[in-house]
Amino acid sequence: MFKTFRPGGIHPSENKLTAGSEIRELPIPDQVSIPLNQHIGASPRILVEKGDPVKVGQLIAQGEGFISSSIHASVSGKVLKVEPVVDMSGYKRKAITIKVEGDEWMEQIDTSAELVREIALERHEIVRKINESGIVGMGGAAFPSHVKLTLPRGENAEYLIVNGAECEPYLTSDHVLMLEKAEQIMVGAMIMMKALDVEKAIIGIEKNKPDAIVHMSALSEYYPGIEVQGLKVKYPQGGEKQLIKALIGREVPSGGLPIHVGVVVFNVGTLFAAYQAIQKHKPLFERVVTVTGKNLAAPGNFMVRIGTPISALIEATGGLPENTGKIISGGPMMGKALNSLEVPVIKGTSGITIMPDTESRRREIQHCIRCSKCITVCPMGLEPYLLMAMGERELFERMGEEQTMDCIECGSCSYICPANRPLLDYIRLGKAEINKIRRARKN
Amino acid sequence: MSPIVLYTIISLSATGITAAIILFAIAQRFKVIEDPRIDLTEEALPGANCGGCGFAGCRNFAEACVKADDLSKLYCPPGGNETMREVATILGKEATEKDPLVAVVRCSGSFAHRAKVNNYDGAASCAIASSLYSGDTGCQYGCLGHADCVRACDFDAIHMDPETGLPVVVDDNCTACCACVDACPKDIIELRKKNKRDRKIFVSCINQDKGGIAKKSCSVACIGCGKCEKVCPHDAITIENFLAYIDPVKCKLCRKCVPECPTDAILEINFPPRKEKDAEPKPDNQVEKGVVPIASDKTGEESKSG
Repeated sequence: MFKTFRPGGIHPSENKLTAGSEIRELPIPDQVSIPLNQHIGASPRILVEKGDPVKVGQLIAQGEGFISSSIHASVSGKVLKVEPVVDMSGYKRKAITIKVEGDEWMEQIDTSAELVREIALERHEIVRKINESGIVGMGGAAFPSHVKLTLPRGENAEYLIVNGAECEPYLTSDHVLMLEKAEQIMVGAMIMMKALDVEKAIIGIEKNKPDAIVHMSALSEYYPGIEVQGLKVKYPQGGEKQLIKALIGREVPSGGLPIHVGVVVFNVGTLFAAYQAIQKHKPLFERVVTVTGKNLAAPGNFMVRIGTPISALIEATGGLPENTGKIISGGPMMGKALNSLEVPVIKGTSGITIMPDTESRRREIQHCIRCSKCITVCPMGLEPYLLMAMGERELFERMGEEQTMDCIECGSCSYICPANRPLLDYIRLGKAEINKIRRARKN
Repeated sequence: MSPIVLYTIISLSATGITAAIILFAIAQRFKVIEDPRIDLTEEALPGANCGGCGFAGCRNFAEACVKADDLSKLYCPPGGNETMREVATILGKEATEKDPLVAVVRCSGSFAHRAKVNNYDGAASCAIASSLYSGDTGCQYGCLGHADCVRACDFDAIHMDPETGLPVVVDDNCTACCACVDACPKDIIELRKKNKRDRKIFVSCINQDKGGIAKKSCSVACIGCGKCEKVCPHDAITIENFLAYIDPVKCKLCRKCVPECPTDAILEINFPPRKEKDAEPKPDNQVEKGVVPIASDKTGEESKSG
């Protein structure tokens, strides 16, 4: 039985070109730029200066405050500069640039391939170590994981839900991770279950990854409490609210968090990172990135050090095709078009999608024909056409009343709109403005 | 007349009269006594409801004027001093005079001056574009050119120049209501003193990058070289984050800084053409020595102000 969520959702063509390719190590580039703002929350405090030598895994920026995350060096070498570079935001923001010299790791990192099953640490120690290791949500939003593991007072977790849906077209980084690092993910899930004090974990995997479902199900027999559940293929099933709805049928209340229905959601990539942090003492400084595109010579999945410029990834896949229209960080649905090839890979970069000019260009905007397709596909039950109209007229107050803040920015509305209206752009604008208004009111 | 028509007329009239009596009674009972001066004040205001005063509309501003003890904190930018004097007479309060202001666009990065490094095909709104990336040129401070300021203007005082891709302010129409300043996500538009005959001198750039980077992305960017700061006899120019700023209050419009700027980032507007020897746009060092008698001018200005 394959499950799914209701209402809404779309079926964009999957184009999982790299599903069968193994994770390859990307050669370490000559220099990396590690941005400070890789996660949601406050900027970390820089601990290094120009000229300082660093080792792989060394703490170079300390998380400041509760919702923040630490950053570790992904290469060994010398700090070249601490200056702004263009990052995923499209703006120049502060980053630590390191000139690579050799590949010397911190001593405490266990580099052996041996699987460590026994979880020695206690609950609070796990949370602390996750925090120290700079683990953030690897699905793309990059929300600091220790925050999710610290339950609000009075709330109890009942389920750990693991996101292996990977509903985004093109991307396969989670898929290959589930095939190659399945045991580590399982131990990662056990770690999180221990930290949250829950008995049950459900791993949701879409049925377009049958090999991953079979492999993970077989393994789950050895890990008590973990269950693998197949899901129908539907976008945006990897959204945490949609995944919860699909797997256990609970609805997260408007403005609420998954914990309000007794659930904490982690991505499989996050679990792998947690395994490495807890069992191998390895902080988060590399991740799997899918580099894909129809016209790329050799698309693939790569293990990439954080801070590697996108240009190095594209080079490894055979260079930029001639008719490239957009280079997207992430997949075509949730991803963000980049304005420079020197943008570094960050903790939330799950893929790089190279879209040809013909497919990526936006078509001419026409008038809304009131077909209500956007309402049908909205997984949050919103009315995108109405929200966009309000956004255009700057009626942000009313947008707030229409529950705009519930929008998960999946882009299903813009995808389906036959009049090519930039629905999500205006909804996002509205969300930013509503936030501004609410913040101003608070002060 | 048929009886049906008659009955209808009578019953409807009766209903009407009863309703009128009830409404009158209610209106008397719940009468809101409003200060008649509010109406008078509102009439004196331009009635544009532009929000430049900080209130939702002219009526709210009028109410605030009537309530306020003095008008020092209230000002109607589109109406200007004249309107405020009128309001003051109606209310019998002291009016505050303010220097008239006008909007200036602090970016000269036209198509010719800034090379495009990528293309944007999203929604045509500066607010949306700026939330996605820094702009389609190398300069992350400059004008995005999607005309949010033009749409914000109620007075037809700003329009896009199709040749440069930059907004142009029509000084005569500008009421300094601040709508464009608020609309610009890059904070490029500034309200500056209008001065005599609308003469203005300002740094038409807000690029805070180091000189080399700024110059690379835009040929008319301020590179923060400090030449203007040195030449200014009134200490009106300050340089912060590799960007010069001319204080409109201190600036005496002497125009010395304009030819000094190596990138032509300082604009002079509504001035008569310069005399022959001043007209050189970029004097090299030799000419400079010969032309600018700084010391004598300085003493002249100082004696005037003193």
